[in-house]
Amino acid sequence: MLEKTEVKVLDKVVVRFSGDSGDGMQLAGNIFTNVSAGIGNQVSTFPDYPAEIRAPQGSLGGVSGFQVSVGRGVHTPGDSCDVLVAMNPAALKQNVKFLKPGGVIITDIDSYREADLRKAQFKTENPFEELGIKQTVLEVPVTAMTRAALADSGLDNKSVLKCRNIFALGLVCWLFDRPLESALHHLKKKFSRKPAVYEANAKVLQAGFDYGHNIHASVSVHRINTDNPKPGVYTDINGNTATAWGLIMASEKCGRPLFLGSYPITPATDILHELAKRKDLGVKACQMEDEIAGVCSAIGASFAGNLAVTSTSGPGLALKSEGIGLAVMAELPLVVIDVQRGGPSTGLPTKTEQTDLMQALYGRNGESPLAVVAPVSPTDCFTMAFEACRIAVEHSTPVILLSDAFIGNGSSAWRVPEADEYPEIKAPEVRLAEGQRFCPTMRDEDTLARPWPVAGTEGLQHRLGGLEKDIRTGAISTDPLNHERMVEIRRRKIENIANNIPALEVMGDPEADTLLLGWGGTYGHLLTAANELCASGRPVAMAQLRYISPLPANTAEILRRYSKVIVAELNSGMLADYLQAKFPDVEIHRINKVQGQPFMVSEIVAAVDRINSLNTVAQ
Amino acid sequence: MISEQLTDNNCCAKAQEFKPADYKSDQSVRWCPGCGDHAILNTLHKAMAELGVPPHRIAVISGIGCSSRLPYYMNTYGFHTIHGRAAAIATGFKVANPEMEVWQISGDGDGLAIGGNHFIHAIRRNVDINMLLFNNKIYGLTKGQYSPTSERGFVSKSSPYGTTEDPFIPAELVFGARGNFFARAIDVDLETSREVMVAAGRHKGTSVVEILQNCMIFNNGVHNRYADRTVRADRTIHLRHGQKMIFGADSNKGLVQDGFLLKAVTIGEDGYTMDDVLVHDAHCASNFLHQQLAMMDGESLPLAVGVIRDVDAPTYNDSVTEQVREVRAHKGFDCLRSMILSGETWTVE
Repeated sequence: MLEKTEVKVLDKVVVRFSGDSGDGMQLAGNIFTNVSAGIGNQVSTFPDYPAEIRAPQGSLGGVSGFQVSVGRGVHTPGDSCDVLVAMNPAALKQNVKFLKPGGVIITDIDSYREADLRKAQFKTENPFEELGIKQTVLEVPVTAMTRAALADSGLDNKSVLKCRNIFALGLVCWLFDRPLESALHHLKKKFSRKPAVYEANAKVLQAGFDYGHNIHASVSVHRINTDNPKPGVYTDINGNTATAWGLIMASEKCGRPLFLGSYPITPATDILHELAKRKDLGVKACQMEDEIAGVCSAIGASFAGNLAVTSTSGPGLALKSEGIGLAVMAELPLVVIDVQRGGPSTGLPTKTEQTDLMQALYGRNGESPLAVVAPVSPTDCFTMAFEACRIAVEHSTPVILLSDAFIGNGSSAWRVPEADEYPEIKAPEVRLAEGQRFCPTMRDEDTLARPWPVAGTEGLQHRLGGLEKDIRTGAISTDPLNHERMVEIRRRKIENIANNIPALEVMGDPEADTLLLGWGGTYGHLLTAANELCASGRPVAMAQLRYISPLPANTAEILRRYSKVIVAELNSGMLADYLQAKFPDVEIHRINKVQGQPFMVSEIVAAVDRINSLNTVAQ
Repeated sequence: MISEQLTDNNCCAKAQEFKPADYKSDQSVRWCPGCGDHAILNTLHKAMAELGVPPHRIAVISGIGCSSRLPYYMNTYGFHTIHGRAAAIATGFKVANPEMEVWQISGDGDGLAIGGNHFIHAIRRNVDINMLLFNNKIYGLTKGQYSPTSERGFVSKSSPYGTTEDPFIPAELVFGARGNFFARAIDVDLETSREVMVAAGRHKGTSVVEILQNCMIFNNGVHNRYADRTVRADRTIHLRHGQKMIFGADSNKGLVQDGFLLKAVTIGEDGYTMDDVLVHDAHCASNFLHQQLAMMDGESLPLAVGVIRDVDAPTYNDSVTEQVREVRAHKGFDCLRSMILSGETWTVE
């Protein structure tokens, strides 16, 4: 069951700049405020000076802060902040209490020498642990980078160090997409009489911005709220962590150890990070030498008998294509996670898109069908990662899970499932008649799936490979008709999955004439738009596909119920094309956006209205 | 809790005797008549019988190419995968199921060209797999193109005027990737082949065995210069750990140190006696001399066969298994839910 959810682009973001009173935090905060106001944000600020004008440098008493809330509906500077900039350990210690649980700390790691820690009265060498910080910490070498940026400036050391605040400002501007031109304008005004200082600060501002770009720094500015929470234990979770946990749950439910073969890539790397931590649950997470080795090690692990996964984003999926084809041919369970980002090529690594659908469905040589599923929200990543594993194991196939940067980084409150909430996962059993030898083309009669013996089991030795095999014996075969029959079997095996997945649900007003249809991570926006339309007397039905290959068994029946189906997706019409080819009789309209940004609810409402009114005129 | 993988109970059973035939599948072997692969396959069956690991505890994983057909002819778990990726697939397999003995079969094109990256990284990690590298210095399955081990100037279908590039020496790559086991044999020298395969099987860590293999059709006689029976004794040296480095039809030649280099001498001539001849130490941690030995090319110095380097080092799969064990002993959770509940949560009534 899908939860009722609502996606909100955070109306407002609270940033707190903190550092030594000589660090220029007020200036950085003021410029960020002015830049935000300049692009139409409401702003509210709270400068928080130390009592002493010149307390000793680096001491707790000398910490100066500047908190600003920017965005819509801003009436206060906020009770707590989303991003805390802490230029030294003292600032961290004094200000971490203002940071939200899901917030991000940006700190100058160059200011964490032993003497600095002593001045801030830390007792151990690890201030983050000592403060019990659970939030994400970006340890940025601000001092070193500022020095490097100004190596040729001719400024003395003291003047160089005075620019550190502007490096931090540049990084924050990157995080929230603030235009540097506007920040430069404010700097120019401030340093109008000191052109050399302006030049230095301009250089450092750009360096901070570029640093954010280079390390793909990001904070989620989206929040997905869940209504009517069921009783239970809740935690805050983002989509990538939920994905990792869903895989672990599947591993528990199928009794096979979890193996991850992966290679770092934005925005999917957090799945590797989380599973690497989960050695405490027995997970084997291997960072391989490249994307190809990521999928190939997983294929090897699957043949060995582990629940095997590889995680990546679009460019990595391209590299893994041949490996995935091998898993199709060898009919091995394999889960491939693609946290989609803007493409093609390197594209927009930190931005969201749904442009890998066709690659997932068709991006392999030969007739190479597999299952494709797509979670609809951060918390649904847990369920769909579990489902991807269940389908892979029960139907002996690779499954591609199409997450995206929006839900992967987005977070939401999530009810921790009870132990018995998810079903056992069972591969087809090996059934051998007396004297019969195991062969890799034995199948479950209903699903056509292959059994998945653990390598090492006596008597079940068998050979797999990428070559076509004989339909009966599993030996290599180049027989023309045999090949065609095997192509057919592999296709039907995937189609049969439709009998083992939930039906497509209709939300909004099911009795309306128009169906608004999406897939994957756009769910929150589409549902919110549908509810708004229904509430204002323009009824529309709404459905979100989570299973794309194969489609839920009732998909055709549902689409044919509506005189118009509007497919909304963050690409140029991939799902619409896929559905139109399958159901040529359905009148499909399209809402598309390819900007690296999620939909806005207002965009969808307007587009639905436009399509519906155009249609009325035509009649 | 994620169950530990228990594949069967036989690992502790008393050692069984196996015959070479126990490792043979029922498939008919399809290599060209006279191909060196036939001899290698038969020798592998023998070596496995000698090692005595039951067929169901062995996986043979290959890439693409003539040699990579080999798994079909084994009565073990087998996987004929895709071009160049066997080392990565074998790595995942071994980490996932460390109880299995893993053999990886690749040719010079599969292992060193398209699969070069996986080759060096598997060796760097020291995954406990046995790699048999069939080196015939040619692409056979695609009908005769030069490979990354073909000599400069080699004429082939894709180099009709001769190649304009230098080859890899596989041993040099192995040592460059900090490999701990390297051995070499000639396909027709069944005894040495068996000996090095058994040694590779016993070594813990990545064992690379280069087998100089003859392709009858596209590169016939490529190894004759040193492999031909009439010259083999004088142009090759069989290295054995702890023994003098002696070679020659009359066993009267030896290798001596010459500054930082090696020199071949005749014992009794120029003042050289048996005492000057080096003793082979395959277990020496430094690979300096091993590399010198492996680079001998059969011209001024004899080509080395046998086990050139065999040094113990921690394996990747053991280290992964051990780290999981340590972390779990220290702060392991019995299930996902208990791990989550140990973090920040709140309750909705």
